[in-house]
Amino acid sequence: MVESAEFTIEVEHLVKNYGPVAAIQDLSFSVRRGEIVGLLGPNGAGKSTTMRILTGYLPATSGAVRICGLPVASHPELTKYHVGYMPENNPLPDDLRVSEYLWFRGRLKEVPRAKLRRRIDEVLELCDLKRVRHRILGRLSKGTRQRVGIAEAILAEPAVIIMDEPTIGLDPHQILIVRDLIAGLRGRMSVIISSHILPEIEVSCDRVLIINGGRIVAQGSPAELRHEIFGQTSYRVEVSGDTAALPTLLKDIDPTLRVAALGECGPDGFCAATLTTAHQADLGERLLQFLPAQGYRIRALSHTTPSLEDVFLAATRRSWDARLPDGAKGTGDSRAPLPKF
Amino acid sequence: MRHFFTILSHEIRSLLFSGSTYIAAVLFLNVMAFIFAQILEDYTKTPQENPPAAIFFRLFWLPVWFMVPLLTMRSIAEERRMGTLETLLTTPASTAEIVLGKFGASYLLYVFMWGTTMGFHYLLHYYARDPRVLDPAPLIGGYSFIAVSGLLYVAVGIFASSLTRSQAVAGIFSCVLLIVLTIGPSFLSSYSVLNDESFKGVKMAVDSLLVSQHLEDFTHGVIDTRQIIFYVSGSALALIFSVLGVEAKLLQG
Repeated sequence: MVESAEFTIEVEHLVKNYGPVAAIQDLSFSVRRGEIVGLLGPNGAGKSTTMRILTGYLPATSGAVRICGLPVASHPELTKYHVGYMPENNPLPDDLRVSEYLWFRGRLKEVPRAKLRRRIDEVLELCDLKRVRHRILGRLSKGTRQRVGIAEAILAEPAVIIMDEPTIGLDPHQILIVRDLIAGLRGRMSVIISSHILPEIEVSCDRVLIINGGRIVAQGSPAELRHEIFGQTSYRVEVSGDTAALPTLLKDIDPTLRVAALGECGPDGFCAATLTTAHQADLGERLLQFLPAQGYRIRALSHTTPSLEDVFLAATRRSWDARLPDGAKGTGDSRAPLPKF
Repeated sequence: MRHFFTILSHEIRSLLFSGSTYIAAVLFLNVMAFIFAQILEDYTKTPQENPPAAIFFRLFWLPVWFMVPLLTMRSIAEERRMGTLETLLTTPASTAEIVLGKFGASYLLYVFMWGTTMGFHYLLHYYARDPRVLDPAPLIGGYSFIAVSGLLYVAVGIFASSLTRSQAVAGIFSCVLLIVLTIGPSFLSSYSVLNDESFKGVKMAVDSLLVSQHLEDFTHGVIDTRQIIFYVSGSALALIFSVLGVEAKLLQG
């Protein structure tokens, strides 16, 4: 194992074409040791293809991928030791028992026999599978199968774990278990997960990569992304008084503070206003001091943060708009079909 | 080759757990027992020149046509359909090890099933109480032929399975390939056009592929290295094509 490398995954100018369709176009990113990274993107954005290339399962058309400093293209047999992979829908052989399956996979990943038995006990415990260890895989519920997939991915303690939609189709309780499991890997293994469940990514991931049409359209921590995409903070305030004079008065607090939306005033004279500012610091306290001093009455003030969902929608929309020529907006379809094997 | 034995034992295990193995085994033993009974019946009616064992192996192609596809069609096609091929190929095991492991398991089972037919000869010997009916020479020759030719036939089945995600397509494809391999050369050699002097080389090549001739040689104790090289190199070629078949599917997308 190359323990010294700071980055466990390095991707440079990755391109993957399926015939004439470009699934990935010039993708570059890197993942630090112990970091949990979420891969977000609409269907057909190239998430699964990227993950398959990282595992060495699919060859890239061009570009370089290094796992623990080793190039995947020239040393696939070495990089595969460092990768634990759970594909989309988590295919498992139906006729094996849980412990037999883990034993078989452990032997394939060259975990020494003496260590493997102990390690299987550990991952079964970790993934809450002790009770089902002698059950046949084909008869397990979806959530349990999903946990078997995760147990298999972490079995050989690889430096990199790649999970394609690990929480898809799980109930909230099981999502919580899986989330805790992934969080438990932080600091020890680099984890890349793709998911459609955005709050999921927000809770578990240190960093988010949003890809669309095979390119990275935004990356950073959820907070950074919010700032990058929206570039502003917004407040919702319920205020009573001369709302017409509000925009000019707000300039005194902060020059960039403005009224983005003003709702209808209710019978009690209070109306809801949405204020936005490019200012980084929290302006809540100053609003609470300043507005009453000007004769306004405030009933409620809240800080509204755009959810990761808003960020995701804005970032992918922005990338569509940038890629499509004027007049063709919304009609383009760059979805690359995922190969079926 | 570190992973070969891991995959081999896993494959043997899953073959033993799969219904199609038992269907193949039952069909095979039934057909072979029927053939053997017919041969014995012929022997009771008219005196024969050859020992029953030699006659018995002449019909070896019949079970090959249905048993080999049943044993091998599942191996790679099913993994591809289930998606487990993807997880298998992302482990440090190489494609060649995976294909060889699957081939090894199917081949061992094939040889084992043929091995069970030795019981027929034993029973005959036990009840006939005549040392002449259990002539060990054609038996050893016949079973060696089965073991050597099985390499090629099972490899062809694995190759068919590596090309598709459907077990049925794999089964039919390997059945067709096996029919072509076993009786194709004798059809070709019967064309009179090949008797022409200018086709002498072609005629020789076709004649050397005659499976019935190989069998005849083996049962008469003639071990021709050319025949062994034909089966061994043919199976190696089929396995190389299987590895390419698995990998080419990844390239085309």
